[in-house]
Amino acid sequence: MTTAAAASPLIEPEVTLIRPSRGWGGFNLRELWRYRELIYFLIWRDIKVRYKQTVLGAAWAVLKPLMTMVIFAVIFGGLARIPTDEIPPPLFYFAGLIPWLLFQDGVSKAGTSLVSSGHLVTKVYFPRMAIPLASVVSGVVDTGLSFLVLLGMMAYFGVRATAALWTLPLFLLLALVTALGVGLWLSAMNVTYRDIGYITPFLVQIWMYASPVAYSTTLIPEGPWRVVYGLNPMAGVVQGFRWALLGVGSPPSALMAASVAIAAVLLISGAVYFRRAERTFADVV
Amino acid sequence: MDNVAIRVQDLGKLYRIGQTVRRYRTLRDALTETALGAARRLRGRGGESQGSIWALRQATFDVGRGQVLGVIGRNGAGKSTLLKLLSRITEPTEGQAEIHGRVGSLLEVGTGFHPELTGRENIYLNGAILGMRRVEIEGKFDEIVAFSEVEKFIDTPVKRYSSGMYLRLAFAVAAHLEPEILLVDEVLAVGDAEFQRKCLGKMSAVAQEGRTVLFVSHNMSAVVRLTEETIVIDRGRIVMRAPSAEAVDYYMTSGLGQEGERVWEGDDRVAAAGPFHPLALRVLDGQGRASGQVASTQPFDVEVEYRLDQEVAGLRVGLYLLTSRGEPVFTSFDTDDARAFERLRQRAAGRHVSRCRIPADLLNEGRFVLGVNASSYRVRSYFTDEHALTFTVDGTGAPGSHWPEHRAGPLRPALEWHIEESRR
Repeated sequence: MTTAAAASPLIEPEVTLIRPSRGWGGFNLRELWRYRELIYFLIWRDIKVRYKQTVLGAAWAVLKPLMTMVIFAVIFGGLARIPTDEIPPPLFYFAGLIPWLLFQDGVSKAGTSLVSSGHLVTKVYFPRMAIPLASVVSGVVDTGLSFLVLLGMMAYFGVRATAALWTLPLFLLLALVTALGVGLWLSAMNVTYRDIGYITPFLVQIWMYASPVAYSTTLIPEGPWRVVYGLNPMAGVVQGFRWALLGVGSPPSALMAASVAIAAVLLISGAVYFRRAERTFADVV
Repeated sequence: MDNVAIRVQDLGKLYRIGQTVRRYRTLRDALTETALGAARRLRGRGGESQGSIWALRQATFDVGRGQVLGVIGRNGAGKSTLLKLLSRITEPTEGQAEIHGRVGSLLEVGTGFHPELTGRENIYLNGAILGMRRVEIEGKFDEIVAFSEVEKFIDTPVKRYSSGMYLRLAFAVAAHLEPEILLVDEVLAVGDAEFQRKCLGKMSAVAQEGRTVLFVSHNMSAVVRLTEETIVIDRGRIVMRAPSAEAVDYYMTSGLGQEGERVWEGDDRVAAAGPFHPLALRVLDGQGRASGQVASTQPFDVEVEYRLDQEVAGLRVGLYLLTSRGEPVFTSFDTDDARAFERLRQRAAGRHVSRCRIPADLLNEGRFVLGVNASSYRVRSYFTDEHALTFTVDGTGAPGSHWPEHRAGPLRPALEWHIEESRR
């Protein structure tokens, strides 16, 4: 049998107190930190498994935005002739799709993540938030691959990156935070209400049309509608991403601050709801 | 430093009925329930106690460091709920528990294994899920691989493993977790007899290393063999804590179903058994009455009554006979006769009774446990209740009873002896 010594009597073992949590119960960030290695392994698993048993493998990470880009270029650019701010349409759409797909895939995967990990939730303890968190973050690898293709396209079309390129990660971070906030809400609700699984694709689709992925923000009339539009954090993310990279559109304004605030509200409220719902996950899932 | 590994105080878990049966709800249900709830509140009826059940209540006990404690009780008595609470899978409704040290359990063997990942990758993933640190896994990696005996296939996706290899690898990871407190739920343990033996072996090894073990089992002889003390849970309450032999004896003689007859009405296992629907199991004495007591000198009948909601192919309905310590005596199915099985390839829908005769002068005096199984071999096991009913065999007039001594063993057959004078 194994030879490792039993717990040394000199070291007082950690004490875990199990009791019903009342009220919020806090965000349990310390617990999440203690389980950081598990989160790392879950992300690693998601990435490893994602394109297994596909013929094209990781190429899908790039093919998905590329094919969507072609569709957009044909329908919106070619047929509807929606202006793309003097940027070659393929580049315009691709640059919008990169942050958008990070959000979209994150939300979709996180939404179903808890239910599809039901076998884990009912058998082992760990902070449940690790599951949707890993789903959202694992999309970053796809984003990185597409970004390389985007750089290639920029070189091809002779478009130079702007000096504001350094702000790019901030916009991606905002997309991640928004995706995690929405993902926490959806994943926790999905455990009790499987309707969420049917609602999510519509939600994501509507959200895409409410964000400047397939068109430019300049199409939105100035005035109160712009303000309402700006409250959508993803509008700020997509627009900001194009601005930082290609130098089109207006730089982030006060509305960007509103976007950040709303993303934060989504994340915090999602975490609160998740923590409350978490108590019964194992009984319901 | 006090020497307690687990301290449980007034621990309780309330389940809403339907939560466990219907599992998840749809939004529509929630909306109608909310509306109904509001209507109820308007009428001034609080609905807290309605539709809920205490799976465990007011559980209070301590487990000393290095102690091996058995937990026994009927299905649904609250044993598994207790383990789930202690391993933090679900949250208690009231009370509290203090756990001193890292908890591991053998009920989560293979949890989180991903079929597409290789054996090597799964060791890391599974180890992390079970709470091992990365350095710890790296340190024990070779040992785990050696223990699992799958060295050659360690870089093959586990979906190509045989089920035996899969289980060996999964068990190897769990076995190297080395928790200070080990929770074992034998009821949930998967795998073949060989595998279960391995689990028990690991468990006693852990116990010998001086670590704390909580052992939930239906296997009374294992409980008596492996634990010093045992708690008995009945309907969510701890009804006894005693030295294991005493607790097992108490459980076997008082804790089990009615005398001579067992019905499954309202048992949630029945719902999952369809199209097989168990109705009753009876021990019938010489006069054909259900009875908890039979004479060893007379034959008696055991019958299983059931309903089939549709025609079932290849069905076999059978009995397990066990001693009160849980050691098997025999297993017998109603279609053990190959010709009967051939004739009954399809069993029609409707009510059936499968009855068998236990011959006279076979069983020793004492208490026995009957279990029931209905299955189609290699297709599906519809229903199993390994501890459905107990009955007592009275040994008056049994072979050799003119000597007032105890005869060991569950059987006391009347054998034909020939006594001849030997020429040599």
